[in-house]
Amino acid sequence: MHLELRGITKRFGSLVANDHIDLDVEPGQIHALLGENGAGKSTLMNVLYGLYEPDEGQIVIDGKPVSFANPKDAIAAGIGMVHQHFMLVPVFTVAENVTLGIEPVRSLPHLRVAGRLGLLDRRRARREVKELSARYNLDVDPDAVVEHLPVGTQQRVEIIKSLARQAEVLILDEPTAVLTPGETDELFAILKSLQASGRSVVFITHKLREVQAVADQVTVIRQGKVVEHLAPTATDAQLAAAMVGREVRLRVEKGPAAPGEVVLAISGLTVADDLGGTAVNDFSLEVRRGEIVGIAGVQGNGQTELCESLLGLRPALAGTVTIAGDDLTGADTRTVLRAGVGYVPEDRQDDGLVGDFTIAENLALDVYDQAPYSRGPALRLDALRDIAARQIAEFDVRTRSSEVPVRTLSGGNQQKVILARELSRPVNLLVASQPTRGLDIGSIEFVHKRIVAARDGGAGVLIVSSELDEIYALADRIAVMSDGRIIGIRPPTVSREELGLLMSGAHRDAPAEAAS
Amino acid sequence: MTAAAPATDPRPSGEHPAEGPKGFVAAFVEAIVEGSSTTVTVLAVVAAIVIGGILIAFSDPHVLGKMGHFFSAPGAALGAAWDSASAAYSAMFRGAIVNFHTVSAASRGGSVTAVFNPISETIVNATPLIFAGLAVMLPFRAGLFNIGATGQFIGGAIVAGYLGFAVSLPPFIHVVVAVAGGFAGGAAVGWFVGFLRARTGANEVIVTIMLNYVAEYFLLYVLGTSPFRRPGRSDPITPFMHGTARLPHLAGASLRINAGILVALAAAAAVSWLLKRSTLGFEIRAVGANARAARGAGMNVERGYILVMLIAGGLAGLAAASVVLGTNYTVDPQIYGTYGIDAITIALLGRGTPLGVVLASLLYGALHAGGVTMVAATQTPIEIVTVIQSVIVLFVAAPPLVRALFRLRTPKQAEAVPLLAAPAVVTEP
Amino acid sequence: MTAATLIPTGRRTVDRQLAAGVTLALLGVMDLALFGLAGHTGTAKFGMSLAGASVHVPDLSLPARGTPIVAGAISIVLGALRIRLDLSPALRRTTMGAAIGLFLVSFLCWAAAGQTLSLVGLLQSTATRSIPIVLGALAGCLCERAGVINIAIEGQLLLGAFVAAVAASATGNLWVGLLTGSLAGGLLAAMLAAFAIAFVVDQVVLGVVLNVFASGLTGYLYDRILVTYQRTLNQPPVFRNWKVPVLGDIPIIGPVFFDSNVFLYLTYGALFLVQAFLFHTRWGLRVRAVGEHPVAAETVGIRVLATRYRNVILGGLVAGLGGAYLTIGSVGAFGKDISSGKGYIALAALIFGRWTPLGAVGAALVFGFADALQNVLSILGTPIPSDVLLMLPYAATILVVAGLVGKVRAPAADGRPYVKS
Repeated sequence: MHLELRGITKRFGSLVANDHIDLDVEPGQIHALLGENGAGKSTLMNVLYGLYEPDEGQIVIDGKPVSFANPKDAIAAGIGMVHQHFMLVPVFTVAENVTLGIEPVRSLPHLRVAGRLGLLDRRRARREVKELSARYNLDVDPDAVVEHLPVGTQQRVEIIKSLARQAEVLILDEPTAVLTPGETDELFAILKSLQASGRSVVFITHKLREVQAVADQVTVIRQGKVVEHLAPTATDAQLAAAMVGREVRLRVEKGPAAPGEVVLAISGLTVADDLGGTAVNDFSLEVRRGEIVGIAGVQGNGQTELCESLLGLRPALAGTVTIAGDDLTGADTRTVLRAGVGYVPEDRQDDGLVGDFTIAENLALDVYDQAPYSRGPALRLDALRDIAARQIAEFDVRTRSSEVPVRTLSGGNQQKVILARELSRPVNLLVASQPTRGLDIGSIEFVHKRIVAARDGGAGVLIVSSELDEIYALADRIAVMSDGRIIGIRPPTVSREELGLLMSGAHRDAPAEAAS
Repeated sequence: MTAAAPATDPRPSGEHPAEGPKGFVAAFVEAIVEGSSTTVTVLAVVAAIVIGGILIAFSDPHVLGKMGHFFSAPGAALGAAWDSASAAYSAMFRGAIVNFHTVSAASRGGSVTAVFNPISETIVNATPLIFAGLAVMLPFRAGLFNIGATGQFIGGAIVAGYLGFAVSLPPFIHVVVAVAGGFAGGAAVGWFVGFLRARTGANEVIVTIMLNYVAEYFLLYVLGTSPFRRPGRSDPITPFMHGTARLPHLAGASLRINAGILVALAAAAAVSWLLKRSTLGFEIRAVGANARAARGAGMNVERGYILVMLIAGGLAGLAAASVVLGTNYTVDPQIYGTYGIDAITIALLGRGTPLGVVLASLLYGALHAGGVTMVAATQTPIEIVTVIQSVIVLFVAAPPLVRALFRLRTPKQAEAVPLLAAPAVVTEP
Repeated sequence: MTAATLIPTGRRTVDRQLAAGVTLALLGVMDLALFGLAGHTGTAKFGMSLAGASVHVPDLSLPARGTPIVAGAISIVLGALRIRLDLSPALRRTTMGAAIGLFLVSFLCWAAAGQTLSLVGLLQSTATRSIPIVLGALAGCLCERAGVINIAIEGQLLLGAFVAAVAASATGNLWVGLLTGSLAGGLLAAMLAAFAIAFVVDQVVLGVVLNVFASGLTGYLYDRILVTYQRTLNQPPVFRNWKVPVLGDIPIIGPVFFDSNVFLYLTYGALFLVQAFLFHTRWGLRVRAVGEHPVAAETVGIRVLATRYRNVILGGLVAGLGGAYLTIGSVGAFGKDISSGKGYIALAALIFGRWTPLGAVGAALVFGFADALQNVLSILGTPIPSDVLLMLPYAATILVVAGLVGKVRAPAADGRPYVKS
């Protein structure tokens, strides 16, 4: 199938998410769509999948213009999509998920009504899944309940789902964000075998290396526009420059670290995940004042649970956490914060801010019950406002007033509000998880500068990031986390290859070395 | 709103009206003049009254008789319909606001208090509704649905009632103790809900609904036990409250208006202060708007749930105290009436603010007080009030429907998220 | 402590296991002490046939003190096992069911000590009394599996009861009454659907308001019209019992399940259909997908909103049928608030039955049993206040949602409107 997008434009209010985008996907091609977060890649794919209707432009399949009012139309035209957040019903089995919407029904030879009744033919559903799974080496059990499967397998279920619908073009939206390097390689092998069967793949990513590894053709999108069509043989620098529009300089101005006393000591920490499994397993690490320790690792290897446990949001099953000399194992969040811990959570809208609260209220979110914000049981609204005005200026939050709901701010400004709140009180330790995810370059620079400033001010800093570039830019020491443990600590001069190997869990240091 | 901002802005959009601290009066004025939501509420009331009128007219046996001759004498039929509805509504007005006969009688030397009787009745009816409405509204701000004001009311009624008839105390002290007992009785029931929610995650909607029934049967059981029996009566009803335990009348014994309304207004003011000006209120609002972020900021969400339900239960218990000690002076198996259910719709109508709850309660109180007069004057069943109330709420809950009905344009300003809109699953990928 | 309550951890499942075990053992202790040791001596006789049955089954006699003591001992052992062993979910449910059953047996032995209690009569009464609860619960199941909370079951029962009585009276035709009663429930459900789906109103508030609306409307019309035109509009005929040939003569089972009026047969037909529909057809699979993950359903071409409209209205038709039973299947004339909270009990049964039709029916039968028992006990003169007994279904539901008796999990998108951006 030959898929073309011609002049696709999609606006949300005044924002132009896609601005006259052209894309040409040939049969049997793996086409990478490269762009920063927020460049408009996902919007484009949702247009292609019938979830959004384009304001202008055309989708052309094999020379014929088509239009999709909903995903059903797109599916019928042979388009399959693997969403970033999987579209699987967690309590259904693999076979149920795969056949949902195209369920095989039983036809009894003697009873013609059986088909009309729509009685499910579970055996045929199971067989279909098994066949597809075998043909493309996907290795999925049709009877497993999806919520019990690891993410890598869930992704394969999504792929089977598309294949079962005879997808000729498969769209994958940031498929590797949740995968280990090993699983990523498996995915690439699957994509190659799909390609060999004549299907084409649109691969959305912001990771340069993946483009080079698997794509035949690259289209770069920036701020809703196609900026360049490149061959995958292009260098890192060329791809990156096209993606962000200028020379990337993720290197932050920072002097050498001057590590002081130990401010955070984690020893043998074990934490459960939501399903009762072990997310953090006998984890040990020390962070000193005046240094930034970066935790590198593939998402979902226990980083989230680690941070939540440090902050008292998740109970520790074993081990100890000592912060600035106090044993705070199992302490509640308020106690941890009062011990001088600043916290920038991974998901700022869900965990860091109250969207309907004003900026001023959000800036006081964890200090509202202390002087000067309160007097006895009463809140001092004037103090809230005055302090907010000062912090807004200091942290360069772009807003007309401190009294607007924080949800009306851009992502970068929201993150500045969190930083302003967390760094305006005396901080011994800053825990920041994915501090620049989804931010524009300007905000990233600002956030990085502030984090380095906190280090230079004598705080210990623990950064968790799945972006290696960020880890390299900030960390004075890099700790690699895999499967709930630290499996190696390296200086920032370590090679990407070595880090990648460590992150995959393929290689691990001897315990003594790791703990040091 | 900071005065300078719109003035310097060449195109004042007014998208984000700043919400600084407002006085009670300023907030009141703003609630009336501001935006489309108030308009929608007023129009919803109008629409409901019209629908109620149609229902009154076309269920009147007299009108139905005339309807038989509709095609030969349409005028007579429609005239009868109009007469029926207007008679019912004017009786309602006489019962809720003012009866002009009593005014002219007073001007000729008749009773002056009779003039104020309708207003007094409206306020008396509104008093428990204010408490109960606050009992639903406050948890709502913390993200909890209190369907259980009925059960909490019963808890308050049992304790306040018992203290009122079984205990002897000096005047003033007795009524204070009994009212406090009402608060405590309701608070205990509310606490249980909060406790279950905090400790086990039990959905408070289900728990409160079920607890209402448990409380209703428990009340029936308690009233059957000997300490609660009124001597000489075989039916389940308590003895009368001691005089010392009764809420004092505000305008003489011939008008039922009593100190309960003062307590209710004080409670509304207290809840308003709590939400806007206190650290606890800050916590409650944060928990309601985003519990995860509140937790991340070190707030004790569970403690918040328990406290909020405790206070809410107490407020519902005060509603019971205002009925038991203010007007009924006894506890019977139907004492809880429909206060708990009305409270839910009042919280909705009041758009989640204490002032709104007071205004909505007064409206409901007027409908109830007027309804009683209407029944006496026109034999229109009192349930019409229930129908009107529920239709008002349905309209208020669905602004687009009201706008369509009255051909209003959708306001340019992004509509405030409807107060009771549920968290939606949005197709945002 | 704070986080532990929100996030399930290993420790918490242990707590659950302990709590469930202790509950079982407590039930056992109550059997043993309350009904056994503190009970009366003598025998409790249980009547197993109704008067005039073609096949007479002899009465069952049990020792009034011995039975509770044995039952209590068994429950305590089950409780201990529950604490010590990590049982499979099916076994866990079996132990809980067994303990509740033993509790009931003990209770009955205690109550009927020295007397005769017609067990068949009790069961027959249970089956009929649970009809509106079963239908209400099935209605709730249809709605909530598609992701719409239906608190308005009560109102649907009430409106169904009203319309069925009036229509059957006016036309003299019971089938017209049955049909219109069902349609009335569907109409109120259509209002629920429109407000919940199109106007995105919170479904809990909406349900409560619709109940108030139905109660007000039927109460108003009753006082205004039915009282005046009592003879023409509120004196409906009642469906007569129709004994199924052969099956109706089976001892015990016959009188309970096969000698009733059309409503009982319709109820179990509806149960069968809903269960088959939800779990064995493609429509059911899609409904459940919509209730669990509407976005995923939409991406495979399922029309989420249409599915929800259809299911809510379907549910209303079923609940309306339950309402019709209250008048033309049972007492005949409509009375104010004749549903008397049965819609809320149905909701409780739905939750108790873990949102499955079969489970909901099981729970509805238990609740119907409590209702029937309360009636019988007042005849036997047992010193248990009927109020306490009537309270039990509600109290039990609180225990269930608090997770003290196993875990319940509502459809993931239950109560969450679907908005296409």
